[in-house]
Amino acid sequence: MRYSANAIVAVFLVLALGVEVHAQTSAAGGVVIEQPWARATPGGAKTGAAYMTVKNSGVSPDRLVSATTSVADKVQFHEERGENGVSRMQEVASVNAEPGAQIVFKPGGMHMMMVGLKQPLKEGQTFQMTLQFEKAGSIAVAVPVGKVGAMEHGNMGSKEHDHTMKK
Amino acid sequence: MNDKLYWAIAGLSALILAAFCVAAGLSFLFYPEPIAIEPQGITRLGTPAIGGPFTLVATDGQTVTDRTYRGKWLLIYFGYTSCPDACPTALNSMSVALEQLGSRADELQPLFVTIDPQRDSRDVVANYLTSFDSRIVGLTGSGDQIASMIKTYRLYVSREKPDSDGKDYSVSHSSFLYLMDPQGAFVSAIHSEATGDEIATRLRKEMAMARADR
Repeated sequence: MRYSANAIVAVFLVLALGVEVHAQTSAAGGVVIEQPWARATPGGAKTGAAYMTVKNSGVSPDRLVSATTSVADKVQFHEERGENGVSRMQEVASVNAEPGAQIVFKPGGMHMMMVGLKQPLKEGQTFQMTLQFEKAGSIAVAVPVGKVGAMEHGNMGSKEHDHTMKK
Repeated sequence: MNDKLYWAIAGLSALILAAFCVAAGLSFLFYPEPIAIEPQGITRLGTPAIGGPFTLVATDGQTVTDRTYRGKWLLIYFGYTSCPDACPTALNSMSVALEQLGSRADELQPLFVTIDPQRDSRDVVANYLTSFDSRIVGLTGSGDQIASMIKTYRLYVSREKPDSDGKDYSVSHSSFLYLMDPQGAFVSAIHSEATGDEIATRLRKEMAMARADR
């Protein structure tokens, strides 16, 4: 009895340490968030977009059910599909993450739309976003802000090259 | 008996065929013709009926019509400022292309036309465009003026269902940059996901072809 109680404590300790160790990459319960970033918003824009990669390296399916941030009223998941030259945006209530799946939020594809921005997102700043998963629970993510119209995370240096999308 | 069955099948087939014809006919009314994206070689068979007269208002309050910039090429992007993904991408690529064109860009007037005049007032559009190349002129107008422009350019624009509190909605729209020649005739549509480099290359090619034709 005593032995199993110790085991439970040990498990909790390991979990706590695990969370501590992985704070930088933002992971919980097999779900890993990689390369979060957002675009700086154009003048006066009340909406913004955040991008990242959600990986489920666990063995059971999970689901991203919501996201919140202090910089905006709400965060929606948008699927953007190009059909016959029409850019069509569609809000999706949640995003499934099957075991082994990798869901990429990127410009021109699925993105997190921040609605009702409380202040403009400025290049160089970082804001917090909390993702809520059905099983993994909540994962806090630090989101750095790149250039207006940037196509990818990082390489925020020279003006000439960072906004060209590599195909 | 067999005759009856035969006629019944024939009648039913005719009915189904008729329904198909009606549906096909109607689909032309409801969906704009898809615009063919030309490959790099650029061959053209006739000019689609895109473009024509319009009257809009620039962010500085000036009335702008299709004749205002006659003598210059027009590169027009239709979008709206509450669009966080596709529109900044397009306007940014347009800005990069303008930079790359160098002095060639003087022959061209880039325009951003809002398809969401309800939310995009002159001030809103002006403020939004401060984040992009300053040569891009922002145009808005009354609901009727914008609706007429959408028709003239044969755009697909569809306001999506607003979210729960009803005030935020997104707009699905045609994602092309429209290139008009200095006489105001439609030349080509460039996909708005093209990079700045690709747009600049395409513009150079079109301008060179027009010079060769003269």
